[in-house]
Amino acid sequence: MSGYRLENGGRIDRNRPVEFRFDGHSYQGFAGDTLASALLANGVSLFGRSFKYHRPRGIMAAGSEEPNALISVDRGAGRFTPNLRATSVEIHAGLNAFSQNRWPSLKRDFGAINDRLGMFFPAGFYNKTFMWPRSFWEKLYEPAIRKMAGLGDAPTQEDPDIYASTYAHCDLLIVGAGPAGIDAALEAMGSNKRIILIDEQDELGGGALADPALWPWLERSRKALTDASNVTILTRTTAFGYYHDNFIGAVQRLTDHMPDNSDSPREKLWRVRAGEVVLAQGAIERPLVFDGNDTPGVMLSSAAKVFANRYGAAVGKSVALMTAHDSGWHDVFALAKAGVGIKAIIDVRTEVSSALLDEANRLGINVHLNHSVTGVNGRHRVTSIQICNNDDYLGARIDCDTLLMAGGWTPSVHLWSHSKGSLAWRDEIGAYVPDQPNENVRCVGACSGGWDFGSGVIVDMLPTPKDQSRIKAFVDFQNDVTAKDIKLAVREGFRSIEHIKRYTTNGMATDQGKTSNLNGLQIASTALAKPVTDIGLTSFRPPYTPQTFGALAGHAKGALFQPTRTTNIDGWAAENGAVFELVAQWRRARYFPKMGEDMHAAVNRECVAVRSSVGIFDASTLGKIEVVGPDAAEFLNRMYTNPWKALEPGRCRYGLLLKEDGFITDDGVSARLAPDRFHLTTTTGGAARVLNMMEDYLQTEWPDLDVWLTSTTEQYAVIALQGPNARKLLEPLVEGIDLSADAFPHMAIREGTICGIPTRLFRVSFTGELGFEINVPTAYGRAVWEQLMAEGAKFDITPYGTEAMHVLRAEKGFIIVGQDTDGTITPFDAGLDWAVGKKKPDFVGKRSMARPDIVAPGRKQLVGLLTDDPNVVLEEGAQIVADPRQPIPMTMIGHVTSSYWSETLGRSIAFALVAGGHEMMGGTLHIPMPGKTHEAKVSGMVFYDAEGARLHV
Amino acid sequence: MILIHCPYCDEKRPEIEFANAGQAHVARPLDPSSQSDEEWEAYLFIRANPRGRHHERWRHVHGCGRFFNAVRDTVTDKFETTYKAGEPRR
Repeated sequence: MSGYRLENGGRIDRNRPVEFRFDGHSYQGFAGDTLASALLANGVSLFGRSFKYHRPRGIMAAGSEEPNALISVDRGAGRFTPNLRATSVEIHAGLNAFSQNRWPSLKRDFGAINDRLGMFFPAGFYNKTFMWPRSFWEKLYEPAIRKMAGLGDAPTQEDPDIYASTYAHCDLLIVGAGPAGIDAALEAMGSNKRIILIDEQDELGGGALADPALWPWLERSRKALTDASNVTILTRTTAFGYYHDNFIGAVQRLTDHMPDNSDSPREKLWRVRAGEVVLAQGAIERPLVFDGNDTPGVMLSSAAKVFANRYGAAVGKSVALMTAHDSGWHDVFALAKAGVGIKAIIDVRTEVSSALLDEANRLGINVHLNHSVTGVNGRHRVTSIQICNNDDYLGARIDCDTLLMAGGWTPSVHLWSHSKGSLAWRDEIGAYVPDQPNENVRCVGACSGGWDFGSGVIVDMLPTPKDQSRIKAFVDFQNDVTAKDIKLAVREGFRSIEHIKRYTTNGMATDQGKTSNLNGLQIASTALAKPVTDIGLTSFRPPYTPQTFGALAGHAKGALFQPTRTTNIDGWAAENGAVFELVAQWRRARYFPKMGEDMHAAVNRECVAVRSSVGIFDASTLGKIEVVGPDAAEFLNRMYTNPWKALEPGRCRYGLLLKEDGFITDDGVSARLAPDRFHLTTTTGGAARVLNMMEDYLQTEWPDLDVWLTSTTEQYAVIALQGPNARKLLEPLVEGIDLSADAFPHMAIREGTICGIPTRLFRVSFTGELGFEINVPTAYGRAVWEQLMAEGAKFDITPYGTEAMHVLRAEKGFIIVGQDTDGTITPFDAGLDWAVGKKKPDFVGKRSMARPDIVAPGRKQLVGLLTDDPNVVLEEGAQIVADPRQPIPMTMIGHVTSSYWSETLGRSIAFALVAGGHEMMGGTLHIPMPGKTHEAKVSGMVFYDAEGARLHV
Repeated sequence: MILIHCPYCDEKRPEIEFANAGQAHVARPLDPSSQSDEEWEAYLFIRANPRGRHHERWRHVHGCGRFFNAVRDTVTDKFETTYKAGEPRR
C-alpha cells in the first residue's frame, strides 16, 4: 500500500491519472474516483466545518447520503456550485473544489469558537436568545448568524449554462440500479414493455459495485440491458421527487464530470410518466450515537468497504469497528482481505454468531463484545478511541486512525413516502418499511426492508459512564443536532416528532434525515418513554437530494421565461424607436420618443398631435370575440348590462360586463355585423377571462342557446386613427364605404376595403376625437400601417403609444377596467349607471346590484380630482384623507387610480375612488405624499369636450 | 402532476390542460330577481369545503374547451370520476 491507495482492486482506471485541486492544493487521483475517494487515497481526512459549531468534519458515507463533506465546485464565472457531496462528485482534469463554512482556512477556522461555547448553543438557542431588541434582528443578529452558520456560498453571477428538459413515458420505471433494480429490469426485459432504469451513480450496480464477486454478473446484466431495445438506462440521474399518478421528476447530470463541459447542456430534467414504478433505492447504514462520533475518521463501515472495493482507497491504516449489526463484521472482513489494517471489532452485543467470531479470529482481529466506544481522541483525525465494558464500565484505549460504525440499516423510503404510500414499523430492524401503496408502485430489495447481511440490535445511544449533558453525540451531522438537543426538546415539552424536528432541526433541509431520522426517533422515543410508533414520523419531502434551479427552470429563463406576444406592427414600432411595456404578455409601444425627448415630452407631443391633427395607434392587442348564431343577441343581452337586441346591424355599442356579484369585470365596444353576428372587443388583459366566462354561461347555464364563440384576437390587426384629420386621411384609401358623417356616424361599423385589403372599419373613439379603428387580417397590419403613415405625412401623422392613449382617455373620463376599478366597483360606483339596461329583467350581475351592501351608502365611488396646484401630478395609488390634521394612523377614505399631466388642458388631472365621492362634488380632499400633503377638489370625470362636439363631426 | 379524464375527449390528460372552475351543481337561479337576499347570498358565496369527496367543475381549457363535473377527494387529491355537464350528480 502506498499511502492510502490500495495496491490492487477497485474499479478505478490506474492507467489514467487525473490532476485536480481541493482548497488550492493539487492532488492526483484516477479516472473513476470521486472527490472523496481520491482525497482519502491522498490521506486527507478533513473535508469541512459543521453547520453550527464549526466542528472539523470528514467523510461519513460513500454516497449521496453523505451529510458532512459538502464542498463547492468552481467551473468559472457564473458556474459556481455549492453544497455538493464530495462522495458524489466525480473527479476530472481541472476540477477545482473548495471546502465550505470556514474562515480563514479549513484547518484554522475562526468559527470553531462556537464549538468551545457549545454549551451555550442548545436547541432553540437562536429563537430564545436573539429576541430583543427586535430591530437588531435585521441589521445585527441575522447577518452575523448567516455568516457564521451555514453551508456554501450562494452563487452571485448569472448562470451561463444550458439546461435541457424532456418528457418521457414508459410502462415500467425502475429507480435504483443495484442488484434488486437490475433484477427487476432483467425480469421485465423480455416483455414488450418500455422500461426506464434510473440510477444516481455514474454506472449501474449500486451496492454490487463494492462487491467484486458480483462484478461478472454485473457486467453480463449491464450488457443484456444495454442491448435490449426496450430499456432506456439513465445513469448520473437522480429521481428526486415522486408526484401524483406515477409522475416522477429526475435530473440527469450530463457534463459536470467532464473536463471541457461548457458547450453542451449541463443537466437535463426528465418528467417521466410511468405505468408502473419499481423502487429499488436500497438502504442507508445508520450511524451510532456516542461522544465524538463526528470526528474526522469516524465513518460508516459500509462506506469504508465501498472506498476499498470500488475505489481502491483505504480509509485508514489502523481501523477499528464499533458495531451493533452483523454487517459491520462482514465489512471489516472485506477490508482486511483488501489489505486494510484492522485493529479491533467492538460490538455492543453480548453475543454474536460463532461464524463471525471464527472469521475474526482467523484474520487475527481483536474482538470486544458487550463494549461501547465512549470517547474519540483527535481533532482533525482520530488518533485513538476509548472503549468501555457496558456492565462495569471498565475501559481501555485503542490506538487507531479510523473508527467505523455499523448501527443497522434504514430502508430508503423517501420516494415511496413522496407517493403517499403508507409505512409499517418493523421492530426487528427498528425501521419503517413500505406498507400500502398509493400508486401503482412496489418496492424491491433493501428499501423494502429485506436484506441478507445478518441481524443486529437497535440502540438509541451507546452506553456511557460520562455525564450525558457534557458529551457531543451527534444525531444529525449536517444540521449539528446532538442527542442532548433532542432530549432537551422533550424536556421543554415537545411531544410530537414533527415539533421536535422543527425545534432541533433534526432531519431538515437538504439532507432530509437520510442518516439521522431513525436515530432521532429512537432517542425521542426513549426520552418520552413511549414506543416509536406513538410519536409519529416526519414527512420526507422532495427533492431526495438538492437539485439546481437551472435544471428545474430549463429553457424557461430570460426571454423564454414566458412568451411575449407581439402584434404585426411591433416590428415597425421597434424600428422607429418605440419604448415598450408589457401588458398581459403583450409587448406594446408605450411612447415614441424623438431625439432628446424624455417620456413626458414625447407623451405631451403625441397627445397634442391627436387633438390637433391625427394620431395613429396600434390597438391590435384588444381582445376580440366573434359571437355567431341565431341566439347571439339574446346571449349578449344576458351577459352584458346593456340592451343588445335592438342594436341594428352596422351599429356599435359600449358593453359593460359584470360578474355575478355585481362588480365590473370588463368592458369594450362591440359591433353588430348581421342579425346573427357580433364582433366583440374586450380589454387587452381580459380577453381570455371574458371568453372563459362566456363559455361557462353558454355551456352550463344556457346550453339551449344556439351561439358559437370564437376568439379572433389574433386574427385582426387593429389600427386606431384618431384626430380631426382622421377622415381626410382615410378617404382616399378606403373603397366601398361612404365615410361621410351622415352615412357613417359615430359608433358604427362598415365593411369594405382599405388599400385593397378587406376591412371591418369601426367609427369609434377612445380619445374623444373623430376616430376610426381599422381591423384588417393580421398579416396585412404593418402594410396598412405603413401606407397610412405615408399618406398621413401631409397631416404630420403622429404615432402614439399606450401612455398618450391613457392621457387622452382620461381627459375624456373613460375608465380602464382594472386600473380605475378593482373588482369591488359596481356600475353605479363607476358612474356608469347609464350603461345599465333598467328595463332588462335579468343579466349577469343584475340581482347583486340590489344586494344590501351594494345599495348601502358610503361605498367607494369614482370621481375626478383637480389639484389646487395645477402643476402637481398626484401619485397613482396615493391615499386620500378628509382631514390632514387628524392623528396618525389616519382614516383613509380612498386612493388615486389614474393621474396624468394633461398638456391639452395645461394642468394635471386625476381619477380617484373615494368613499361617498359622488356626494362630494366641489369639496376639498387631502392627499399626503412624500414631502407634502396636497389639496384637490372633487370634480366630474370628463375634463375635455364634455358635450362631445369633437366626436360628432 | 395529476391525470384527469376528460369525459368529452374520453382521454386522461395532464392537469396542466385543465382549469378548476369551482364547486359543481350550483345552478344559477332561473329568476334571480325573485331571490331573497339570503337565497342570493347562498348562491353567490356559500360553498362546501369538504374533507374527502368534493364535486367540482373543471374545464378542459387547453383541450376541447368543455366544462365538465368531477368528484375529487380533497385529502388524497385523487379523481374518483368525471362526467359531462348536465348529467346527474354522482
